[in-house]
Amino acid sequence: MNTKIAIDRLRLSFGKNQILKNITINVYKNTITGFMGPSGSGKSTIISVINRMIDFEDNVEIHGKVSIDGINILDESCSPVILRRRVGTVFAVPIPLPRSIFENIAYGPRLQGISGRTELHRIVEGSLKKAYLWDEVKDRLSTSALKLSGGQQQRLCLARTLALKPEIILLDEPCSGLDPISTAKIEDALNQLKSEYTIVLVSNNTKQIARITDFAAFFYMGTLIEYNTTDKVFTTPMEKQTEDYIQGKFG
Amino acid sequence: MIEKALLKERFVKWVLIAFALSSLLFLFLIFIFILAEGLPLFLKVGVGNIIGGFKWAPTRGSFGIFPMIVSSFLVTIGALAIGAPMGLSCAIYLSEYSGKKTQMLLKPALELLAGIPSVVYGFLGVIYIVPLVRNYLGGSGFSLLSTSIILGVMILPTIISISFDALISVPKTYREGSFAMGATKWQTIYKVILPSAKSGILASFILGMGRAIGETMAVIMIAGNALKIPGSILDPLRTLTGNIALELSYASGDHRLGLFSTGVVLMVIIMILNYIANFGIKRKIAK
Amino acid sequence: MRRINPRFIDKIVQIVFNMQAFFTVSILIVIVAIIFIKGFPYVNPEFIFASPEDMGRHGGIFPSIAGTIQLALLSILFATPLGVGTAIFLTEYTRESTFTKLIRFGVESLAGIPSILYGLFGFIFFVIKLKMGWSLLAGVLTITIMILPTIIRTSEEAIRSVPRQLRIVSYSLSATKWETIKKVVLPAAAPGILTGIMLSIGRAVGETAAVIFTMGSSLRLPLSIMDSGRTMAVHFYILAREGISMEKAYGTALVLVLSILSINVLAYYVMHRAISKYS
Ligand SMILES: Nc1ncnc2c1ncn2[C@@H]1O[C@H](COP(=O)(O)OP(=O)(O)OP(=O)(O)O)[C@@H](O)[C@H]1O
Ligand SMILES: [Mg+2]
Repeated sequence: MNTKIAIDRLRLSFGKNQILKNITINVYKNTITGFMGPSGSGKSTIISVINRMIDFEDNVEIHGKVSIDGINILDESCSPVILRRRVGTVFAVPIPLPRSIFENIAYGPRLQGISGRTELHRIVEGSLKKAYLWDEVKDRLSTSALKLSGGQQQRLCLARTLALKPEIILLDEPCSGLDPISTAKIEDALNQLKSEYTIVLVSNNTKQIARITDFAAFFYMGTLIEYNTTDKVFTTPMEKQTEDYIQGKFG
Repeated sequence: MIEKALLKERFVKWVLIAFALSSLLFLFLIFIFILAEGLPLFLKVGVGNIIGGFKWAPTRGSFGIFPMIVSSFLVTIGALAIGAPMGLSCAIYLSEYSGKKTQMLLKPALELLAGIPSVVYGFLGVIYIVPLVRNYLGGSGFSLLSTSIILGVMILPTIISISFDALISVPKTYREGSFAMGATKWQTIYKVILPSAKSGILASFILGMGRAIGETMAVIMIAGNALKIPGSILDPLRTLTGNIALELSYASGDHRLGLFSTGVVLMVIIMILNYIANFGIKRKIAK
Repeated sequence: MRRINPRFIDKIVQIVFNMQAFFTVSILIVIVAIIFIKGFPYVNPEFIFASPEDMGRHGGIFPSIAGTIQLALLSILFATPLGVGTAIFLTEYTRESTFTKLIRFGVESLAGIPSILYGLFGFIFFVIKLKMGWSLLAGVLTITIMILPTIIRTSEEAIRSVPRQLRIVSYSLSATKWETIKKVVLPAAAPGILTGIMLSIGRAVGETAAVIFTMGSSLRLPLSIMDSGRTMAVHFYILAREGISMEKAYGTALVLVLSILSINVLAYYVMHRAISKYS
């Protein structure tokens, strides 16, 4: 299997607080990798390093390497703007831009210089279909995205990310605020998408991790405790902490 | 494409820095040019003869503006005497007594007072206040009193708006605590709310003073512009601002420099007032 | 001596405050009412669209209306990019530092300078030193500087109130900072910025001291930016002060006050709508 993201001895601190402690993990191409762990264990922080959104935080100190296709993205020479075309992100809370459904999804492609109406339309349609949202919104693409339901908004955000044509999709607890039906739709979409993309899914819902990921990583207090195929992690965990967490005995 | 965007990014940043610096540049230019015109006369005639001098006869070498400095302060104090109690009580009414609806309607309406041009205030002063003062109190009506009344009304929006903000930002728990101890509304306002909003209210007064002392067009229409220190509130007077506005369009030579010297004095007074007001506001925020 | 019941005092105080507020509001109403009632009979299409004759004793005020519009719009044209740009710089491109403090100090100081000092400066710098003479251009540049602080402050406030998450989303979709500002931040802040612009227009329209010494008071319609001209406020001042015509003065005052009040009311309306949209 090909390594897509290689995190090598990543250490990160906010001021004096060390949040990530020597994390080494490989994420493989065309898989869904689940990150789980109790609140505050540093999952979101890792995500924000991979997409360099960490740049917007103050007082951050980072050591180690994060490579995508072998190139260290923490290097000075790596432009975060270019990186974010390859690494799309879906956040926990869906935040549509205050514009139409169509324009939300066309936002990324337009930034990449695509302006032809037909081409944009093709991208919007394709992305919405992949996010399992097309049928619900195809007749009202020009209405405000803020009018969609929470579940629809989250799929809109997924479609918006897909429209970037990224190689990697990072999802940080994308279903935490959603009902079971919306959650199922997102999971279906992700399952379809992994053949084209490399997906990292952060979730506090161990059942969800078990359901749809190929690999699972368990983090605790900024340390990677266990990382293996999802099967192994859930059937024969090596660490006591992992087992406790999976069985819900934690915290 | 992406290179273009990144290049633009850097270009934009430099343009924005230049824009931001423009404010400083303008301030600098204003300072330099008013000082450059205003200072030479101080050296030539002497600081004491200008600031302490009683006689303003610029075409005959006398540049005393002491009466104008005094007059500027007198109208400012007069304006405050009228505007401060009115404005503060209005702010108290809005923050403590009126309902939310009244507040939403009245506050912007009162702030609209600030939009009425000063020439209109001056005009109304001449038509309505000056005759009133003349007929009931005597004198020509063009007086310290009339000017103070008009300026008092003119600084109302400043005082109301800033005091209101100070009052409304007193935490709710203060009020509740006081009510819980059995205090009446007025006792709460008087003993708890006003003291905690003190520095903001003070800042509103000082900014109001700044507005009054800098006011020009209304003042020259109502003040009478006499060149001496007024002996009573019914006497006419000329302020620093009035002196500049009355003579700038035809002054030349040393006369014009004298007007810039007047401007320098005005600028220094305004700077001190602003400094005090900002200091007060900062302390409020720090608390 | 019997102590007065605090509840009784409370009632009295409440009445006093109510009356006081009523009184202040009445002043506002009386001022506006006088201008409307006294000015109304003299305002008609001819008054608006005709040129003044005999120093303004007869005829209309068209050139001063046009002069006012020219002055206000050109000033806004200069001040808006400068002001909004400064606000963007202060909010998006820096952290609080000595440099931003210095710029803020500059803005605050400009805001505190009374208009007569702007007049004095504009007169010596633009009119005399830069040899513009009394001209629309000198007036415009002076007013630009004068309204700059208002635009900066309102824009900064509006930009700051745009939710941070919108920016984050834009960045995550691979936008650069400037793209984010242009496509997300400014559109969201537009109502607030517009409010600031309109308040500034109101200020330019009502200004006299800074205008009369820079733009002059020629009665003719300025046809180029190097021509002198007079705004409504200046025209009104001259009519009133030199006692040229009370009727025309009242008429001008009405047009002047009505313009400013409607601009300001519109500004509040825009702001109010924007606020209720976000909350
Ligand atoms: N900007 C910041 N400044 C300082 N500390 C931060 C910052 N962001 C996160 N942290 C700290 O870093 C630690 C890890 O946070 P992170 O958000 O990565 O956890 P998480 O595993 O995603 O938790 P959750 O499941 O609650 O989302 C926490 O202790 C948090 O307080
Ligand atoms: Mg998290």
